[in-house]
This record gives sequence, C-alpha cells and structure tokens, in this order.
Amino acid sequence: MRTAAGVEACLPIRSDMDLVWVRQHVRQAAGRLGFGLVEQTKLVTAASELARNTLVHGGGGQMETAPVSDGPVRGLRLTFSDEGPGIPDLERALTDGYTSGDGLGMGLGGARRLVHSFTVDSTPGVGTTVTVVSWASRAPRSREGH
Amino acid sequence: MPEHEALGEHGSPAREVGEFLRRRGEQIAQRWADEPLFRTVFTVSRDEAVEAGKIVVDALAQVADTDQVHDPDAAGFTLVREQLSRMGAARSRAGFTTAQVSNDVDALRPPVENLLVSDLPDAPSDLVRGCTTALTVLMGTLRLVVLETALSEGQALIERQRLQLLEVATPVIKLWDGIVAVPLIGTLDSARSQVVMETLLEAVVDQHARFAILDITGVPTVDSLVAQHLMKTVAAARLMGAECVVSGIRPAIAQTIVHLGLDLGTVITRASLADALAYALHELGADIVNATPGGAGRR
Amino acid sequence: MSHDFSRQMTGHVPVLRLGDVLLVTLQGDLDDSTAQQLQQDIGEAIVDSGVTGVVIDISGVEIVDSFLGRVLAEIAANASLLAARTVVAGMRPAVAITLVELGLTLPGLRTALTTEAALELLSGQQPVTRAGGSGRERR
Repeated sequence: MRTAAGVEACLPIRSDMDLVWVRQHVRQAAGRLGFGLVEQTKLVTAASELARNTLVHGGGGQMETAPVSDGPVRGLRLTFSDEGPGIPDLERALTDGYTSGDGLGMGLGGARRLVHSFTVDSTPGVGTTVTVVSWASRAPRSREGH
Repeated sequence: MPEHEALGEHGSPAREVGEFLRRRGEQIAQRWADEPLFRTVFTVSRDEAVEAGKIVVDALAQVADTDQVHDPDAAGFTLVREQLSRMGAARSRAGFTTAQVSNDVDALRPPVENLLVSDLPDAPSDLVRGCTTALTVLMGTLRLVVLETALSEGQALIERQRLQLLEVATPVIKLWDGIVAVPLIGTLDSARSQVVMETLLEAVVDQHARFAILDITGVPTVDSLVAQHLMKTVAAARLMGAECVVSGIRPAIAQTIVHLGLDLGTVITRASLADALAYALHELGADIVNATPGGAGRR
Repeated sequence: MSHDFSRQMTGHVPVLRLGDVLLVTLQGDLDDSTAQQLQQDIGEAIVDSGVTGVVIDISGVEIVDSFLGRVLAEIAANASLLAARTVVAGMRPAVAITLVELGLTLPGLRTALTTEAALELLSGQQPVTRAGGSGRERR
C-alpha cells in the first residue's frame, strides 16, 4: 500500500465541545477526499466514538488527521492518542457490551466495524493510541468476514 | 561536425543523450509522428502529433539531464504521464493488447537511435556505445511508464464499470403508494449487498415507503455474510420507520439459513413477492377485494 | 482550520407542544451536554403538560453515535414511565446504516419516516414500527 502521509491537522480533545469540532473536522476532510455519504457518516461516527473514549477513558488527548492514498483511491487516517491509564484488557475492550464509562459499550468494538482498518496500541500507565483508516471508494474494502 | 567535438567533454553518456534529444527534438518528433503510437492517437492533424512528440522528447531530455534514465518515477516523466496515458488508453480502447502497445513504444526507439549514431560518426566507440545504451535504457523506461499508466487506466475503467454494474443491477420499483421493492438477481457479494441496502433505504425516503420488499427469488445462494447484510438492512429500515419484508427465500436457501444456525428471528419473510405485497397492502389498510381462497391475493 | 458555527447547537433545544404531543426538532451536531439537557427538559415538559406522546424529529441530524443513541433510548424509556409514547422520526439512511453497523439497533424505540407519520402513529391510525427486535446484530 502506498501512503502519501503527512499530518494535516491536529485537534485537541479536552471537552465535550472538542468532540463537536472533531466530528465537523472529520466530516469536512472526508468530504474533500470524495467520501460517499454513507462512508463519511460511518467515519465521522467512528471518530466521535474514539474521541469520546480518548476524553472519558484517556483523560483527554488529541486527534491527528492525515490524507492517505493507495493508487488512485484516497482515504483518511485518524490517530487518537492519550496519556491515560491505558486499556488493561484489549481483547475485552473490543468486545461488544464491554463498557467502563458512559455509553452502551459500543465504543471500540463498534468503531472498529465502521472503518476499513483499525489498530490499537495501549500500554497500561502510559497511554493509548488508536489509528483508523477509511477509504473513499468501496473498492479496497478488505474487511470481509472478520 | 562541430557538435561531436563538444561531446565527450560533457558529463555522462546520459547527459550527452539529453543534449542530443534537445538538439534533434524537432526531427525526432517528425519521425515519431509517422509511428503507429502517435499516428493512430492524433488522427486529426499531423502537426498535433509532432507537437505531442516534442513534449515527450523534452521530457525524455529532462530525465536524461538528471541521469535518471532508469527511473520511471523521475520528475521528467510526471509531466508527460497524462499525455502518455491518453495515448496508451487510446490504443487499449482500439483493442490493442498490452504487448502490442509495448511494441508500439519500442518502435519509437530505432529512429532516434539512427539519428544518434549519425550524429556521432567520428566519436570514440566507447562513447557511442555508452550513448546508445543510455538511450536504450531511457526508451525502456518510457515503455514502462506508458504500460504503467495504461494499466492503471484499465483498472480505473474496470472499477467504473463495476460500480455501474452494481447500480444497474439494483433497480428499486415502486409497487404501490408506500411500498417499494428490489428484485435481486444473481450472486450477492458484500459490496453489492451494501449497494442494495443504500439504494433501498434511499428509495424508502424518496417514496415515503412504509414497506420495503427485498425479493431474493433470483439469488442462487445466501451465505452467512449475505444473511447478515439482509438483517442489517431490515434493522436500518426499522430505525428509519419502515418495515422490510424479505420474500422469495427458496427452500434450498431456507435450509442453508437453518444449517448456518442463522436466526432471521424478527425479519418478516414471505414465500413470494406477491405474498409480500399482499402483506404490505394489508398492513397499509388496503385489503385485496377479490380474494382467491388460499392464494396469494390476485388483483 | 475553520469552525462551522452554523451547524452546531449548544444550550437548549426548543420543545414545542402540539395538542397532546411534544415536538422536538434536532438539527446539526449536538454536543453531549445539550443532549443531556434535552433529556431532562423533555422529562419535565411531560410532567408539566401531561402529554401522551413525544415526537423527536432527527431528519436534520447528520450523525447519531452511541452517546446520542443512548440519550434517545433513555428519553423514550423515561417518557414511557411517565405514560407517554416516544417516536423518533426521519432518521437518514446513512445514519441508520451506521447505527446498525455500530451494533446499535435501539430495540423498543418507535420510529416513523416523517413527523407527520409519527403524529399519525401516536394518534393510533397506524400500526407501530419498532426498531431492532433482536438487537443482537453482529458481524
């Protein structure tokens, strides 16, 4: 995969209002990259879930956005990072129904289903970084059957 | 010949080639204009072909200047990539195989090589060999760039057609005020299921449809992934305030669904499209008058 | 980076009374505290006015995440305790698809295509569509 990365923007996640900025920023960025309405809505929703995780469980942090490309297909990479307590049991955190804060326990597991690639890097006591990528076209969707 | 005296004092053979290309650009372009690659693409006027040829020669000269004759990503090529892809695509559209396009590009080399050799009658054989080698490598790289652009062009075309096919294969039909249906025919894969879901839900909004019928009579097999997509469509329709009915589940598919241990649970299913329509009409309060005993409600 | 203030709501969402029904229209992007405030406002409005129905028009809402989804479900549950029925109207297809993919089928929530359909539904002219019977859609 060829990715022409480069961080485009970095948004703080410190309050409820920041979640609104995160959603609007992701929507605009995805729109500029030619995302269809459904893919755009999925990515914005995933961003909202992940940003809320960063705020509620990570004690605040930031989101970085970077456009990526794979041949002619363009996409958006979002990186959420915090310096919070980390996720002790990642496997469990990705299971539906697991929740340790507000929400219906759809946070991580739900967000994972809304994007094309999803990676979590968490060290207890150091912090958590979640990176997701979504593509503007249906073509490279490779998440069939997981 | 004063030129070749200058040759040899300059840097690498590649740069010599760059200088030669600049010097002889007009002549090369004239010769290329008669080659199939240019002749068949620029059919309207020969001048246009010569002009295009000159742009390509300039790009090659620029690549040679920077000693990057072997590098398809060299900056010089980016300038002509679009032009080359147009030429490659035109040849592909005309039904030429990639190998033939490759030969077309190859045919551009001999005229240039002849010119180059005739430019160096008294030059040391080492230099001549170095220059022709550099030219050969450069033209080989050009061929690679053309093929690369032609291939990605082809891929983009396939992708466009695939999306068109997806749309064509998903007609949403209004059956009644407030009732829409999608008769699905052929294999459902994940991408198509996605399109079906989006198209059907859009139609629900546009038509103010309280009922949406997914008829899968023409679908040969349903695997667990497709069954999940069907259930997701039903769930999404409900969130929007519409009811989704799945009709035409053939016995073999019903067996598969049971076999896979899938719980279609709350999904409303009917044997045929007619049954589904009758159900939806009844729910809308539009009952069918001429009832046939045991029948599916002939109108 | 430019912020688009026009699409965002803060503070209170107006709750209108229409006969026996409360009508709430959500627009744009709700921040969490506004959503929670709305939940409280609706509860109080039901008690004050004694209405029997609540219609929440979300046709102007571009995303519903698990937080807002939970708020909607809780508004309905609270209203039901106060003897009022809640209908969520006008959810956009992209929002519905996303919610289902997220795993949130909001079982028990009444839904309608439009505000008009929701009002008809509350006045008992039409059968009720209930969202996500099983609520267990998984990949």
